[in-house]
Amino acid sequence: MRRVSSWGRLSAPPHEVIKLGDRGNIAAELARGRPGIAYGLGRSYGDECLNPDGVLWCTAGLDRFIRFDEASGRLICEAGVVLRDIQRLAIPRGWGLPVLPGTQFVTVGGAIANDVHGKNHHETGTFGDHVTSLRLLRTDGQEIVCGPNLRPDWFAASAGGLGLTGLIVEAELQLRRLPGPWLNTETIPYSGLDEFFRLSQESHPVWEHVVSWIDCTSGDPVRGLFMRANPVAGPAVGERGTWRERRLAMPLVPPVSLVNRLTLKPLNKLYWTMNKRHRGRRVAHYEPFLFPLDGILDWNRLYGPAGFYQYQCVVPREAGSVPIHEMLGAISRSGEGSVLAVLKSFGNRWPLGLLSFARPGVTLALDFQNRPGVETLFERLDAIVSAAGGRLYPAKDARMPRSIFEAGYPRLGEFLGYRDPGMSSAMSRRLIGS
Amino acid sequence: MRIVVIGATSTIAEHCCRLWVARQACDLVLVARNAAKAGRVAADLQVRSPASTIDVIETDFRDAAAIGRLASKTAALPIDIVLIAHGALPEQSLCENDLLVCRDALEVNAVSPALFAEAFAGHFAKAGRGTIAIIGSVAGDRGRKANYTYGACKGLVARYAEGLEHRFAGTGVRVVLIKPGPTDTPMAARHLASGRRLASVEDVARAMVRGIDAKRPVVYAPAQWALIMLVVRHLPRFIFNRLNL
Repeated sequence: MRRVSSWGRLSAPPHEVIKLGDRGNIAAELARGRPGIAYGLGRSYGDECLNPDGVLWCTAGLDRFIRFDEASGRLICEAGVVLRDIQRLAIPRGWGLPVLPGTQFVTVGGAIANDVHGKNHHETGTFGDHVTSLRLLRTDGQEIVCGPNLRPDWFAASAGGLGLTGLIVEAELQLRRLPGPWLNTETIPYSGLDEFFRLSQESHPVWEHVVSWIDCTSGDPVRGLFMRANPVAGPAVGERGTWRERRLAMPLVPPVSLVNRLTLKPLNKLYWTMNKRHRGRRVAHYEPFLFPLDGILDWNRLYGPAGFYQYQCVVPREAGSVPIHEMLGAISRSGEGSVLAVLKSFGNRWPLGLLSFARPGVTLALDFQNRPGVETLFERLDAIVSAAGGRLYPAKDARMPRSIFEAGYPRLGEFLGYRDPGMSSAMSRRLIGS
Repeated sequence: MRIVVIGATSTIAEHCCRLWVARQACDLVLVARNAAKAGRVAADLQVRSPASTIDVIETDFRDAAAIGRLASKTAALPIDIVLIAHGALPEQSLCENDLLVCRDALEVNAVSPALFAEAFAGHFAKAGRGTIAIIGSVAGDRGRKANYTYGACKGLVARYAEGLEHRFAGTGVRVVLIKPGPTDTPMAARHLASGRRLASVEDVARAMVRGIDAKRPVVYAPAQWALIMLVVRHLPRFIFNRLNL
């Protein structure tokens, strides 16, 4: 038994860890008769990838490319391949992943099972939109190959399926043409939610990557930095166009969270001051722009031994700015808060997965130090989200009540028909009951 | 660069190959017990480096005649590096209770790598050049109750490498013995106690490739194991035998 945590580091329960290495013998490993769940790089924040006292099938060793057609941009690879490695392979050949979440340290299997989205959701949709087929192994030995045009019901259940329809062994992805690793970026300081909505609306038709950071300690009107970017062939003459991979690392877990009530305001202020300097346009490498947190390895340790929660919700477009306003108010009143609060408008498209998260609306994501009393705030936020008809992101969740999950995901009933009973996680038992 | 890899489906060897083809197109010969599995490794390397040439050869690692034939066949073209990487970490208690398991472990981890090294040494001697890189282990530095069957195998490999190094001193042939510490591979995961800190395969492979580039006779991977094993080797018996290592 080995102790394993997810990204939020809320717990480290013991697991029977089975490392998958050769895709030729996965069926035998799955057929041992004890339920388990796939674990890639452990980047989901809560209990989706955990199965205390049970089996974890670690897929990080399933990291082989199978075929890449440079003419069509079709890539077939094993499910444990990390998105960063796809980018590094494809970009020099003029291709890239159409959807990248906020970290590139996730596996293809995890990106499919959570049907992840990126800052360009309004243009390219979710990760599942670019999967042309996937191979699923069920714990009863059955193999299912599915895709948007092949057993699409199985595909809709598995994309965003939280790993519960079977183990994703390999996938075929459609990459898209990219001129290179550079982005034309613009940073705009803004004040108030109305300005955020105006900037989003104005940016969606002409900017591919759109995201904003907000200072949730700034009170009303909220201040933030709106960031948008478009791929560009390369830095123009005279512009700084070099980028060296530099990573800091959080070498240890501090005895107390470094993000706390005392540091919250100064940290937000620091971020605001540091990044406001970059207002205006410049050319940037995609890695620091799309994955700012990947610059600090193990940044999750900042929150100390008790770990942290992430709260990410989406509220429908029709609800307007009111729910976001209410949530920011509730957070401010609670004295809790987050350094990296992210506010973003999704595009006007529905995801293909039965349990996919991204839907038309506005999404708000915040980190909260794990401390007594934070659940009270979450309950308050839950009430706002459900009143607005929104939902929470399972990839980030460690605590949502079952009722909130059921209300947010009305196609859950349909999904259950595709469930592999041999796949079970702490999350599935919490939210689905088995 | 032409590289022959014995035991190419071993996780560490596979990662070395990834580093090699990332630097430049290589001519790789992957030798494995299981051609289907090695074919999956070859396909991956081919995607990473379309300009590389990658061949797969299946062979029986315990058949001395087959090892000789394989070395002759692959040495028909000049070889820059042969990496001898195969092995199987046996359960120590099984080796103690079943002599057949013990014999198999000794053959696969000690006799077989020595035979491969000897077979290629003959060809390299004629060519006057080439690097023989062999994976030993920190377990080979001192016998311990937890894994002395495996440790003895790796000790034999170390002594064999040392002898070859002496034999080829002053020639263009180099011998590199790599001693990885406990590494996060599927092989190790099955046996090592929980909670143990394991080195990542990527780090171990990087240290190996660097060591082979520099043609260092002994490479600990990661490097801190050199210091740890220096202490372990020199612990007096009256202390060592009381430790639960």
